[in-house]
Amino acid sequence: MEGLEHTPLYDEHKALGARLVDFAGYEMPVQYEGIQAEHRAVRNHAGLFDVSHMGEAVFRGPDAESAVQRLVTRDVGRLDVGQAGYSAVCYEDGGTVDDVIVYRREEDFLVVVNASNREKDLEYFRENTEDFDVEVADESDEWALLALQGPEAPELLQDLTDTDLSDLRPFRFAEGEVAGARSIISRTGYTGEDGFEIYLSPEDAPQVWSRLIEAGVTPAGLGARDTLRLEAGMCLYGNELDAKTTPLEAGISFAVHLDKDPHFIGQRALLLEDTGGLHKKLVGFEMEGRGIARHGYHVTSGAEIVGEVTSGTRSPTLERAIGLALVDPGVDDWFEILIRDNPVPAKAVPLPFYRRDRE
Amino acid sequence: MNVPQDLQYTRSHEWVRTEGDTATVGISDHAQDELGDVVFVELPDEGATFDAGDSFGTVESVKAVSDVYAPVGGEVVEVNSSLEDAPEKINDDPYGEGWLVKLRTSGEADLLSSEAYEKVVEEES
Repeated sequence: MEGLEHTPLYDEHKALGARLVDFAGYEMPVQYEGIQAEHRAVRNHAGLFDVSHMGEAVFRGPDAESAVQRLVTRDVGRLDVGQAGYSAVCYEDGGTVDDVIVYRREEDFLVVVNASNREKDLEYFRENTEDFDVEVADESDEWALLALQGPEAPELLQDLTDTDLSDLRPFRFAEGEVAGARSIISRTGYTGEDGFEIYLSPEDAPQVWSRLIEAGVTPAGLGARDTLRLEAGMCLYGNELDAKTTPLEAGISFAVHLDKDPHFIGQRALLLEDTGGLHKKLVGFEMEGRGIARHGYHVTSGAEIVGEVTSGTRSPTLERAIGLALVDPGVDDWFEILIRDNPVPAKAVPLPFYRRDRE
Repeated sequence: MNVPQDLQYTRSHEWVRTEGDTATVGISDHAQDELGDVVFVELPDEGATFDAGDSFGTVESVKAVSDVYAPVGGEVVEVNSSLEDAPEKINDDPYGEGWLVKLRTSGEADLLSSEAYEKVVEEES
């Protein structure tokens, strides 16, 4: 495909017979063997994703913390060095610019952003921190990113690193070597399973990727990544989150510290919405009738349109059709999804759809 | 890519097996491969009638929704209801157990030979 960027693992994907699609300007693997097989491999064993297209912004300088504090909804002052936090970035009106992971390092902050939002985010970050003594560097091209996810991930990764992974709790990270390559090993992910995200140099990525594949990890594409995150009830920017949806409406208030001081952009709007009531709310639902809800389908109650499906698929784990929708706050637990002009019954269910067993 | 020579095809990737005035319709091996794991099929009721080119149902994979079109006009005389519980038959056996409907045909059909269909697929890729 012309005009598209490649990750450092492009040749590996080709060799594995991946189906490649345009995703956020990158030619990315959507699947290798099949979405459901890859999905199940992650739930039951381990899967390896190339997510090198994600963007990395690094905040350096005396005011780095103040700059990040102004931009993100989480209070990063509460993060330890070596700790990461999921957060939203908002506009003044509370709409969402992006959802990000903030890594607090010894000397700086690493903010990992969605590939599709990279340019917009960097511009927003710089524009809104001009009065600070901070450098906001776009290091996206200097990092490859592998996500090793699944119950067997700790064992498989431990074989390739001296870093003691049993000490690495969720949302903690450490610098170490993986198969001899200098890496940031982070106990994070987007699948609802235990696992790691490994940040490393593009030159080292193919070798580390191959070592993990040789160890028996199943390569997994963006298709499985999407069904896994949906079962885990996680938001995808552009679906559940966008400029017209606040993080409170999208159900990620755990990533918003409304009492934060110093203030973040959008805090006032979110406080008003929190006290005045949400304009819409995210619900998880299961289809009760036949059919699969898809992004953009209307949610109806009788003759009235009361919301819109943000994501929907057939869940490979639950073996039934599930989805997320943004609906009017007053909607009760039974509604319909309009599938090809046909109202099909659905019912609201608690999120997440899937939660892994923890020892 | 498997394109049996004894079948006819459409540009929208359906196949047709004609026996007398009955046409059995499914989607091609190429179509099922492009879709990926098929997880849901919606088919018409028996007795429904369609003109050539009408959408008569949908085949959905994990990621995508795809309409299927009547290669010839006619009345639905049988639907493959086993696909309701086992839509994966479309992936496993697109020209056999994965058939979708049987039509009693009426009118002319403008169909492609296997050679012509192979060219269509090559041009698309």
